Amino acid sequence: MGNKTFNIVITGTGGQGLITLLQIVAEAATIEGFDVKTAELHGLSQRGGSVNTHIRIGEKVYSPLVPLGSADLILSLEYLETLRAIPYSNSKTTFLINCYSLPFVGTISEKEIDRRLSELIKSDKIIIAASEVCRKELGKDVLGGIYLISYAAFKGLLPIKPESIKKAIARIIPKKYLDINQKAYKLAKYAN
Amino acid sequence: MKKILLGNEAIVQGALEAGVNFVSAYPGTPSSEIGNIFGDIAKKHGVYFEFSTNEKVAMEASIGASFSGLKCLVAMKNFGLNVASEALIPFCYTGTKGPTVIIVADDPSCWSSGQSEQNTRAFAYLAHIPMLEPSDAQEAKDFTKLGFEISEKYNLPVIIRITTRVAHQRMPVEIGTIKKSSTKGKFVKDVKKYVTMPPRVLEMKEELLEKMDKLGGDAEKSKWNVLTGGNGKIGIITSGVSYLYIKEVLDKLGLNMPTLKLGFFNPLPRKKISSFIKGLDKVLIVEELEGWLEKEVNILAKQVNPELKIHGKDVLPISREFNADIVGPAIAKILGKKWKKSLEIGNWKLEIPKRYPRLCEGCPYWFVFSAVKEVAPEGTIFGGGIGCYMLAGFPPHGIQDYLLCMGSSIGVAHGIKKNSKQKLITFIGDGSFFHAGIPALINTVYNKSNPLIIIMDNRITAMTGHQPNPGMGKTGMGENSEEILIEDIVKACGVKHVRVIDPKNISELKATIKEFLDKKEVSVIVSKRICALWERRLKRSEKHGK
Ligand SMILES: Cc1ncc(C[n+]2csc(CCOP(=O)(O)OP(=O)(O)O)c2C)c(N)n1
Repeated sequence: MGNKTFNIVITGTGGQGLITLLQIVAEAATIEGFDVKTAELHGLSQRGGSVNTHIRIGEKVYSPLVPLGSADLILSLEYLETLRAIPYSNSKTTFLINCYSLPFVGTISEKEIDRRLSELIKSDKIIIAASEVCRKELGKDVLGGIYLISYAAFKGLLPIKPESIKKAIARIIPKKYLDINQKAYKLAKYAN
Repeated sequence: MKKILLGNEAIVQGALEAGVNFVSAYPGTPSSEIGNIFGDIAKKHGVYFEFSTNEKVAMEASIGASFSGLKCLVAMKNFGLNVASEALIPFCYTGTKGPTVIIVADDPSCWSSGQSEQNTRAFAYLAHIPMLEPSDAQEAKDFTKLGFEISEKYNLPVIIRITTRVAHQRMPVEIGTIKKSSTKGKFVKDVKKYVTMPPRVLEMKEELLEKMDKLGGDAEKSKWNVLTGGNGKIGIITSGVSYLYIKEVLDKLGLNMPTLKLGFFNPLPRKKISSFIKGLDKVLIVEELEGWLEKEVNILAKQVNPELKIHGKDVLPISREFNADIVGPAIAKILGKKWKKSLEIGNWKLEIPKRYPRLCEGCPYWFVFSAVKEVAPEGTIFGGGIGCYMLAGFPPHGIQDYLLCMGSSIGVAHGIKKNSKQKLITFIGDGSFFHAGIPALINTVYNKSNPLIIIMDNRITAMTGHQPNPGMGKTGMGENSEEILIEDIVKACGVKHVRVIDPKNISELKATIKEFLDKKEVSVIVSKRICALWERRLKRSEKHGK
């Protein structure tokens, strides 16, 4: 990875567990010996509003915020929210998108979101049904985030080994929920 | 050993390593985690913790503990210091006995704040109080410890001023050993020290100014006011999180400009700044919000380098937080260089429908807002306050005609009703009522106006992350306590029309609103039903046998 930082933006809505994901990735990065800085927001946004969090991994990281046009990976937990993260992308950014919608009054149709996504994203775009798989297999949509981040690690989209993500999950997730989170991780392992 | 910590966690760690004994806080984003964490761990470390009724009281609690010799930490968000300043300013005159550090969290860009984009640095001038500004989580910890050292040496309270991007930044932080704590204090009478009566008060002010002068000498030598970068005729002065953006931008530009990073905002190391700017042609001051550092540099430059070109707020905004995309072009501009935007995708400013924060599923406020909307006559004025109930202002409700600060929904309602026959319904949360609503209610009764006040008693301070308040019968450390009934307070304030209603009884609620809107005196409905999110959490932890 050299001196370059690896920049991740996670986007979604309050209540989707963005901060937990951020903690897991940050922990995994330090397990691999990287420096890391992150930024998150609390408060009003927790009540179902749009949120994004930033994670930066490298030899030495200064700012916690990903500059515009500098994300290496954008993880989107909610379909429409992907659009809001586009300013952080460039022609090489990978988008890993949860095919999952939390619609609200006044939103635009999925078709329109599709249209905009294909118009505006020229780089790699992977859309997977993370929340749907987790709902079917584990009974919980919210595990989609763990699935997504694990998937990213297994497919080599992160500069972090899946093994480190696994260790980080065990450190960050409270004991009583650990088992089901580890199952989401395993599901991602066998995703095609 | 290093551990990834949130800025606020690092502050807690720093306080524990400094041997803090007594912690008082009032919740407010982005400072709330400090209190939440102490609530969980205080007992284990032999530390006393409380969520006080408001920030002034939190400050006073720590002042009392400090006077009794304990090491104290107070934490709040920026607006909290407005409330607490009444006690803070004379506290600077008396000085501390036990060292005392005050954490105040600003929120540039108002990510989690209504009200205003307050820059708490102003209190450094107002109170003559030492103020330190960390830029990352490691410094948040280091500066907390430094704050205790300064306080111990000079018997002065010290403010650590953080911002959202410091409070809610995570990074690997060096962990040290935690000191043993004891909460045994003793107040030793010392009228000369603790009584701020004239004429002594003016001597106290002189003593304070003298202490600050001496501390200024320390600031000159402090390693936290640090010169980085190489040589050159164009330099940068900065503090707080802005430093990180500068490092990032200079890295990107491949530059090594001389940069003076100030850990002390008050007192400023004026000599150090003077010698830094003496040899420069140009200097850029990079500070978020108002350009007070810039003003100081202007004054210093008059003496040591009148030719110096000083840039700051001419190339950087006064409002909104910074980032590398804002600092980059400013640095490029004063260097006469072009800033290459890293943003490649053009036309991204597409219209994306806004996703408003909304009331949670099952939130009792749904019932209240819909009942009010249904029965309030055309033209009714709706008063708003700070808390989850401010979502009254968003769709689908749209019933909020003014919003200022905690408690003011009642105070302002009185002012409107005193002079107008318009109907007025005003909302206030249980937390806000205890915090600052009671004097306003008394004023409404005493000075005779008749708004309808609906107290949204969801049994908790919800918006800031579910902190206990005096209506709950639980303290910040989870101990049982007297459950103070809001309706008892309301009655004791002299309100004649009071009703406690579970908002799920929507027909009773609607009938009461109609009835109370016609009263000649002030009326109060206590809408009492637990926050749905909190209720679910309680049930879950019961199930898991917490
Ligand atoms: C002086 C001051 N302190 C703290 C805050 C932060 N704050 C925002 S909302 C809120 C909670 C209000 O609680 P409550 O009135 O019970 O309303 P709820 O969120 O439960 O609806 C607080 C403490 C503030 N805005 N101003």
